[in-house]
Amino acid sequence: MSGVLRAAWLIARKDLRVEARNREIAYTTLFFAMSCVLIFAFAFIVEGQPLADAAAGILWVAVTFSGTLALGRAFERERQSETLRALLLAPVERAAIYLGKLLALLTLMIGVELVIVPVIGILFAAPLARAPWLLASLVATGTVGFGAVGTLFAAMLVRAQSRDVLLPVLLYPMVAPVVIAGVRGTAALFAAEPDFAAAGTWLTMLVFFDAVFVTLALWLFGPVMRE
Amino acid sequence: MRTRRPLVWLALLTLVVLAGVSAVAFQDDTFKPLKPGDPGQETLPATPLVFVAYAFVWTLLLGYVFLLWRKLGRVERELAEVNARLRTGPRTP
Amino acid sequence: MTRVVPFLLVIAALMFMRAPFMIDAAPYESTMGLVQKIFYFHVPAAITTFLSVFVCGIASAIFLVRRKRMADHVAVAAAELAVLFGLMVIVTGPLWARKAWGVWWTWGDARLVMTFVMWMVFVAYLLLRKFGGPGSEVLAAAAGIFGMVLVPFVYWSVNYWRTVHPSTDVIRTLPPEMSSVLSWCIYSFFVLYAALLLLRTQLESHRASLDEAFLALED
Repeated sequence: MSGVLRAAWLIARKDLRVEARNREIAYTTLFFAMSCVLIFAFAFIVEGQPLADAAAGILWVAVTFSGTLALGRAFERERQSETLRALLLAPVERAAIYLGKLLALLTLMIGVELVIVPVIGILFAAPLARAPWLLASLVATGTVGFGAVGTLFAAMLVRAQSRDVLLPVLLYPMVAPVVIAGVRGTAALFAAEPDFAAAGTWLTMLVFFDAVFVTLALWLFGPVMRE
Repeated sequence: MRTRRPLVWLALLTLVVLAGVSAVAFQDDTFKPLKPGDPGQETLPATPLVFVAYAFVWTLLLGYVFLLWRKLGRVERELAEVNARLRTGPRTP
Repeated sequence: MTRVVPFLLVIAALMFMRAPFMIDAAPYESTMGLVQKIFYFHVPAAITTFLSVFVCGIASAIFLVRRKRMADHVAVAAAELAVLFGLMVIVTGPLWARKAWGVWWTWGDARLVMTFVMWMVFVAYLLLRKFGGPGSEVLAAAAGIFGMVLVPFVYWSVNYWRTVHPSTDVIRTLPPEMSSVLSWCIYSFFVLYAALLLLRTQLESHRASLDEAFLALED
């Protein structure tokens, strides 16, 4: 087991090192998330005031959209230089490859979220400081759920035609439970009368989703990525 | 021709649904005060709704069975043809 | 196996022809009246949709583990039928809701949203098969398994919102004159589903052997 984790760590570090060299995904994803926020600001600000629950919705739209962008780009990089094939040929377990890619993606997404969440808090007057740990856990578990499904499908689609459109088409319905739980949990937290119990329930649900999705993706990754 | 047929079916089906739905949707939706003794909710007639629902299900099913039957027939014909050519045709390129 | 298809189709056709008379004779529901009769097609179509989702998921799993091509053909057939029957549910539901709830659609209901999400998942599955190019059957198998596993999760998450749908207990507490009609319709849908599944699977197998034959011809 420790071998798998070590290999996963090495793969994630490799991905992050490639990313650190030109920071392409980080910059583009972050700016794309900002543009999402901008577009939604046009839609959900009525007479200078954000609609109820708008901040929670915008937060998750920005996370999922920019996450899709990061996923697509990360695997496009592997495809262009055929490095994914090299990875698959390497004497490491499939699970390690999956976990490594997931880890790298999550690091990137959480980095973007560290910027985007405060920005949304400022622009939409969302009470971030009300329960910072609960909010952080909701965002983190939601990101893990999204990333777990996303990494599996993005890796699968590397060899498929029209992968650019098929990724969001497949991914958004599949992560519906995660998005519902994330948005409703965050909305319960941001509401004028916060409902911490509901937010806690959503968080529990998200933890459960994460466990199931990661397990399922780990199991599927092997047979799907067989050459 | 072979790709257009399903489209024709789909268009027909959409037409049926749209006709029914619009018959209901474009009815006078404005507020009408209840007359005494009027059983409120009954302003919306149920018959077109039920009719459209059943028409849709039946058309969809019949259309699907018909399409499937035709596609199957065509593939079977082609398969027989290709197999015949495989058996009789010259082996040399 | 495929010999039984015409037989099944005839039975299904006869059952479907009798269904309208039974539905017509069934008693009116006291609060909703005539519109409640959509129920007799809406519920069986919904049950068949979810049956199809599970058939697709299980066939996909068998294909992924054992690499039996037959399982893949069944999975495609089931996914397509899930979309077909799901479309019936999604179209007949709003027609009923317009009268019973006063709106075409509501996001506040668990089963509506769940059916819609699952329908989207299987449309995505079909899109993947159609546009994914060679090798997409393995990817589609993963999508099919995910789709099946998703059913309870989507339901729990949406159910926690709030629900206005008649609960499934309604079916058990139905008066016998209504429940007999409902079971008749459910069985009709099942017979038809079996026939369509076999037929569609056969089409897929034929297509696969046609591709092989063409390849053999080219050699």
